[in-house]
Amino acid sequence: MHRDFGDYVLDVVQNAVEAGARNIGLRIVEADGRVEVLVGDDGRGMDRDEISRALDPFHTDGTKHSKRKVGLGLPFMVQAVEAAGGTWGVESEKGKGTTVRFGFPLDHPDAPPVGDLPGLVLSLMAFEGGYELEVSRTRDLPGKSRLEWSACRSELAEAAGGLRDAESLALAKAFLESQEAG
Amino acid sequence: MAKMTLEQLRKLREEKKRDIERRETEGKEIRIIVGMGTCGIAAGARVAFDAILAAVERHGIGADVVIAQTGCMGLCHVEPTVEVIVPGMPDTIYGRVDAATATKIVDRHVVARALVNEHIYDRPAADIIRN
Repeated sequence: MHRDFGDYVLDVVQNAVEAGARNIGLRIVEADGRVEVLVGDDGRGMDRDEISRALDPFHTDGTKHSKRKVGLGLPFMVQAVEAAGGTWGVESEKGKGTTVRFGFPLDHPDAPPVGDLPGLVLSLMAFEGGYELEVSRTRDLPGKSRLEWSACRSELAEAAGGLRDAESLALAKAFLESQEAG
Repeated sequence: MAKMTLEQLRKLREEKKRDIERRETEGKEIRIIVGMGTCGIAAGARVAFDAILAAVERHGIGADVVIAQTGCMGLCHVEPTVEVIVPGMPDTIYGRVDAATATKIVDRHVVARALVNEHIYDRPAADIIRN
């Protein structure tokens, strides 16, 4: 099973990359005791039947491994979110793209921990391929202040030197950590 | 910690560049690819990714090593999996890569140029190869 909230986000974004998305948007909001995520992509999309099959743990589209009979990405997310009293939704249009959203109350005993957000965002940007990823992050801080930051894969790659070599990735990680620390 | 700006990030990169002469020659770079499909994520591939990045940086070879992620490589039974491509050595897929093994792969395979035999896996999962 996945360990923290970021694992579910990573899985959904990996689906988007594998679906050939050129542009992926991710919004993560932690406010009012809840965490909410929205992942939108312009990948190949799914029709109604394909969405329903994607939610079946004993189905995969067979594109990558033709004999494989399991596909656990979205089913894991649904199981975790429902166990934690949360909500989720998948909307998709064939040839246009897919939007996945999920969220849950942070104080639910079965809610997964949020985990290392900067590490997650770095990981989201480290898949092979030329996709764009725009991340928007909001988090309520103690008191009435609010942390807000955003990061864009192409900008970060340009500034950190490519996001390919380890040195560039380490610099990008330091940048993302500073954003999350406020 | 104050929020770093993109301009500050650019400057840091330039400072690092001056310290290390990069070998940018295509095809001669070292590549480490972490399987980040559902199976990999569930088995702890993010931990392996972090450990690899830390080990490469510790050796001061960060500019020479590309670290990337891909989806399921078909070895779900031995996740997390990591493919290592070092010029002059066989392309190798390692399985069951926890943080300690990830560090060992960098120390031994990437730096000392010796295989980590006990973690080499070259066959996909049985449900993929079954007729």
